Amino acid sequence: MKGAVAVKGVQKLSNRRGETFTGWAFAAPFAVLFVLFLVVPAIYGLYLSFTGETLTGSGGELLGFANYTEALTDPDMWRSLGNTLWFTVLSTVPLVVLSLAFALLVNLGLPGRWLWRLSFFLPYLLASTVVVMFWSWMYNPKLGLINGVLAEVGIGPVAWLQDPKVAMISVVVTTLWWTIGFNFLLYLAALQNIPEQQFEAAAIDGAGKWRQLFSIVIPQLAPTTTLILTLQVLASLKVFDQIYMLTNGGPAGSTRSIVQYIYESGFTGYRFGYSSAISYLFFAIIVLVSLAQYKLINRRSAA
Amino acid sequence: MTSYALSRGIKQGHKPGRKPGENPWSISRMVALLVLAFLAATWLVPFAWSVLTSLKSEADAGASSLSVNPPDGLGFDAYRKVLAAGDIPAWAWNSLLTSVAITLLTVATSALAGYAFSRISFRGRRWLYVAIIAAIIIPPQLLIVPLFRQMLSFNLVDTYWGIILPQAFAPAMVLILKRFFDQIPVELEDAARVDGANRLRVFWSIVLPLSRPILAAVAIFVFIGAWNNFLWPFIVTTDADLMTLPVGLQTVKSAYGLQYAQNMASAILAALPLVVVFLFFQRQIIKGIATTGFGGQ
Repeated sequence: MKGAVAVKGVQKLSNRRGETFTGWAFAAPFAVLFVLFLVVPAIYGLYLSFTGETLTGSGGELLGFANYTEALTDPDMWRSLGNTLWFTVLSTVPLVVLSLAFALLVNLGLPGRWLWRLSFFLPYLLASTVVVMFWSWMYNPKLGLINGVLAEVGIGPVAWLQDPKVAMISVVVTTLWWTIGFNFLLYLAALQNIPEQQFEAAAIDGAGKWRQLFSIVIPQLAPTTTLILTLQVLASLKVFDQIYMLTNGGPAGSTRSIVQYIYESGFTGYRFGYSSAISYLFFAIIVLVSLAQYKLINRRSAA
Repeated sequence: MTSYALSRGIKQGHKPGRKPGENPWSISRMVALLVLAFLAATWLVPFAWSVLTSLKSEADAGASSLSVNPPDGLGFDAYRKVLAAGDIPAWAWNSLLTSVAITLLTVATSALAGYAFSRISFRGRRWLYVAIIAAIIIPPQLLIVPLFRQMLSFNLVDTYWGIILPQAFAPAMVLILKRFFDQIPVELEDAARVDGANRLRVFWSIVLPLSRPILAAVAIFVFIGAWNNFLWPFIVTTDADLMTLPVGLQTVKSAYGLQYAQNMASAILAALPLVVVFLFFQRQIIKGIATTGFGGQ
C-alpha cells in the first residue's frame, strides 16, 4: 500500500504538466460557461452599479456611489426589502413545520402511502405560471372556489389579492401549496434513514410514540432541518414569480419583492445602473444571512 | 452518500411505523388517517377545481362556477379551442428543446468538471474550486440586468441559445458529482490506466457507468428546474414564437380575458407533461430530488 502511494506520488510529479492540461481540458466546458455567464455578469453588474447606464446605453458615465445613496434613501426599495423579509418569515415557518408534520404522518405506514406522497409532491412539479393560473382562479373574488365555499357559510366575499391586508397571506398560502413537496420529500427520506433499532430500544424502555418523536425522531432529523431551513430562507428571499404574476406586487406595493423591484428598475424603468446597485445591496444581505446561518449551525454542532 | 445508503434510497427503505404486533385499526391510527386524507384532499383541490372548470362551457364557467353539473354539461371544447390556436404545442416544443439541451449540457459539463476536481491535480484547481463554492450563493436573479446587456451584445436575445447558455451549467451539481466520484475506489481506474487507457476513456467506460444513479438524479433535478424556469426565459425572449411554455402562458394570459375554461384548459395542458412523466417514473424522480436536495449526501 505504501509502495503504491509512493509510486503514485512520483507519477504525479512527472506528469504535473500533463495533469494540468488534462485537468483543464475536463474543467474547460464548465469553466467557460461559468466565467462567461456568471463571473463576467457579476463583475459587469458591479461596474454598472457605479454608472448611470440605461437600456439604450446612454448615460454610462461613472457616478461613484450615487446609485447606492439613492437606493438607501428610496422608500420603495425599503418597502420591497421589508416585504421580502416579511414574506421570508411568513413562508419559512410553515414550510418547515408543516413539511415535517406531513412527512411524519405519511411515514406512519398508513395505507395509501403513494397517494399521500403524490398529493403533497405534485404541485412542486408545476411551473410558477401554472400555479398562478390555478390560484388566481381559486382566489377570484366573484367566481373563485374559496369565496364560493365561504359564501355558503355566510362569510365574505374576501378580496384575496386586492386587499392589502390579505394579499401577502394569499401569496404565502399559494407558495406553501406549491413548494412544500420538496421539503416534505427531504424529511421523508431522512425519516427512513433513522435506524429501526433505535425505536425498538426506546419501546423496550417503555417510551411511547410521542416520547419517541421528541427524544429520537426530531433530534435525529436536526441535520436535515438545518439543511431545509438554510435552503428555504435563501429560496424565500429570492421570491419573484408567484408574486409578480399573482398581484404584480400590489395592491399599492404591499407585496412587491426586492427581486421584482430590481426587475422593474431595470426593465420597466430602464435604469440598468440603479437596478444593479440594488442587486448588490441585496446580495450583501444574502451574504450576511448566509454567514449568520453558518455561524448558528457551527455553534450548534459544536455544542 | 455511500452506495449502500444510495441504494436504500426512499422506497427500498424499511417501512417504519406499524410494528407486527400493533393493532392496525387503533383509534389513534384512524385519526391520523383521517387527518392525512383531509390534508391530501386539500392539496388536490386546486387541481380538481381547475380540471372541472376546464371541462365547462365558457358561459357556465363564468356563471355557475361551483356547480359540478352545469347546464351545458362537461366536455373538451376548451381544450380543442386552445390546441387549435396552436400556441401551446409550439411553446411546449420550445420548452422541450431548451430543457433537454440545458439538461444534457449541465450534466456533461458538471460531470467532466466534477471528475477533474475529484481525480486530477491540476494547477489552478484550488482557486477554481473556491470560486465555484462562492458562486453557489449568488442568486441568478441578481444578474438579470448585466446578463441581459451581455446577451444584447452577443446577439443572443430572442434565440434558443440565449435561453439555454446561461442555464447550461450548475456549480452545485459539480460539487454533488465530485463528492460522488470521490467515493468510487480509485483502484478501479488505476488498473485501466496501467493498461494504457487515457483519462477520457477511463472516465467514459469506468466512472460514468458506475455513476448512473447520481447522473439520473442530477438530470431529473435540472430538467424540472429548466422546464419550469420563468424569470430568465421571460427576460430574454420577446418573440412569441420562441417563448417557453411558462413564459408564453403568462404573456397571453390577459388575452384569454374572461375565458375561464380555456384559461384553465391551457394551464392543465401545460402541467400535463411533467405530471405524466412523474406518474411513470415516480420512484426515480423522488429519489433523484431527495439525493440532489441533500447535496448528494
